[in-house]
Amino acid sequence: MKVLLDLIVGDPQADRSVPQTGMTARLTLFVSAVMAFLAVIALAVSLTTNRVASLWAEDLAESATLRLPADPVTADALLLSALDVLETTPGISSVRALSQDEQQALLEPWFGPDLPLDALPMPQLIEIVADGDGYDVDGLRARLTAQVPGAILDDHTAWREPLLGAASRVRLIGWSVILLIGATVAAMITLAAQAALAANVQVISVLRLVGAKDAYIARAFVRRFTLRAGAGAIVGVVCGALVLLVAPQGDAAGGLLLGVGFEGAEWILPLLIPLLAAIVAFFATRTAAFRRLREQT
Amino acid sequence: MIELDNVSYGYGGNALFSQVSLTLAPGSFHFLTGPSGAGKTTLLRLCYADLRAMKGKVRIFEQDAGALDRDAVAMSRRRIGVVHQDCRFLDHLSIAENIALPLTVSGRANEAAGNLQELLNWVGLAAQAHQLPPELSGGERQRAALARAVIVSPDVIIADEPTGNVDWDMSQRILSLLIELNKMGKTILIATHDLTMIRAAKSDVSARILRLSDGQILQAGAEL
Repeated sequence: MKVLLDLIVGDPQADRSVPQTGMTARLTLFVSAVMAFLAVIALAVSLTTNRVASLWAEDLAESATLRLPADPVTADALLLSALDVLETTPGISSVRALSQDEQQALLEPWFGPDLPLDALPMPQLIEIVADGDGYDVDGLRARLTAQVPGAILDDHTAWREPLLGAASRVRLIGWSVILLIGATVAAMITLAAQAALAANVQVISVLRLVGAKDAYIARAFVRRFTLRAGAGAIVGVVCGALVLLVAPQGDAAGGLLLGVGFEGAEWILPLLIPLLAAIVAFFATRTAAFRRLREQT
Repeated sequence: MIELDNVSYGYGGNALFSQVSLTLAPGSFHFLTGPSGAGKTTLLRLCYADLRAMKGKVRIFEQDAGALDRDAVAMSRRRIGVVHQDCRFLDHLSIAENIALPLTVSGRANEAAGNLQELLNWVGLAAQAHQLPPELSGGERQRAALARAVIVSPDVIIADEPTGNVDWDMSQRILSLLIELNKMGKTILIATHDLTMIRAAKSDVSARILRLSDGQILQAGAEL
């Protein structure tokens, strides 16, 4: 805490020992702001992907579809048998046979609104909703095979797994981008600090002549770059948050593109970016400064 | 205080001096003279651990200078005031801030207020306190450098050609300040090629005069 306080309050006399370098100050602020902005967007995309994928996966995990053979002769008997099996299966909270209108609505995107469903041998679909604990899929399949010949149970695994895989990859890309942004900030701050140290060789020499320890000399540079990186990141985070707030919003079902942003407690995460930028700058400058001072012996 | 024991140093494989020995006893006053390029500045830099001896030992305040880490060197510099010929100021700071710099870097900036005004008066720079170093004349800069060297009340003051860039009157004024410091108990080592200054000082201070020439230190004096 004391280190943090010292860093923020600083020592005005010590700060004045090293002259201000306008160009590196402005560049550090600018790059830090841009990187923080990009980090906010990457974080928002990553979190939104996570949220949307979780929602979809949850919906798909809770529901399943049973498809009965399209045989007009046995259709009613099969439906009754299927409903009987499903209603007596533990872990299933509701079962509902889709009406003809609902089945037509499902086919409409592919065949248009004028499909003569009555004239076609359509399989009967039954929507199954599981309760919180779920049901024994393999057991249900075995019972259906025995009692409802030709019935096919689709528990949406084929849909859910690729979706979760894709979401996981997007999340990974998002976090990788954030890590790369952090590494870029560290590299940029290191370069800027090295430039500042190289430009102040004479100043360092004079400070040493009068008895300054390495820690004192390094502190003047470290404090300056840490505060600049933190201040730049605050600007970047504010800009990023504004962009997310004014961007078109949609519900989760509306998809990733319309719903990018933060929800609830997620807003804390972008607020941590300036702190992280300052921590990265602190260690990058400190390392660069001590290395330079060691070399300039 | 500071002791060089059979010290050798050179640049680029060429020996500048070899097996040189020198002892700066507490309260002593030394002039180091010799031709340009003889190694006077190098010898002084060895005395405040700005260089490390290639052979032999340098002891600073009873410590082996070759074994000091950078922080220990910094601590020893707080007991050695150094005056350079080119003064070496931070040009973006005022003269007052430059003089107070040794206190600032050692975390004693709060002591500066009292000492500083007294020192500015002592070196006659009270009116120039808020000017930047480039705005001062050579003599004023030398006096400011001397004030900076003594603000932490060091045990030893090392001055490299402190009168090199000033006229006779100013060199006498700087010399009298150094003699005054010696009378206060400070150990003084001055490198100079200005023999007239040495002659002028002989009547005011009991100084040991050393001549660095052909890589060796010789006791001088009578011929001056």
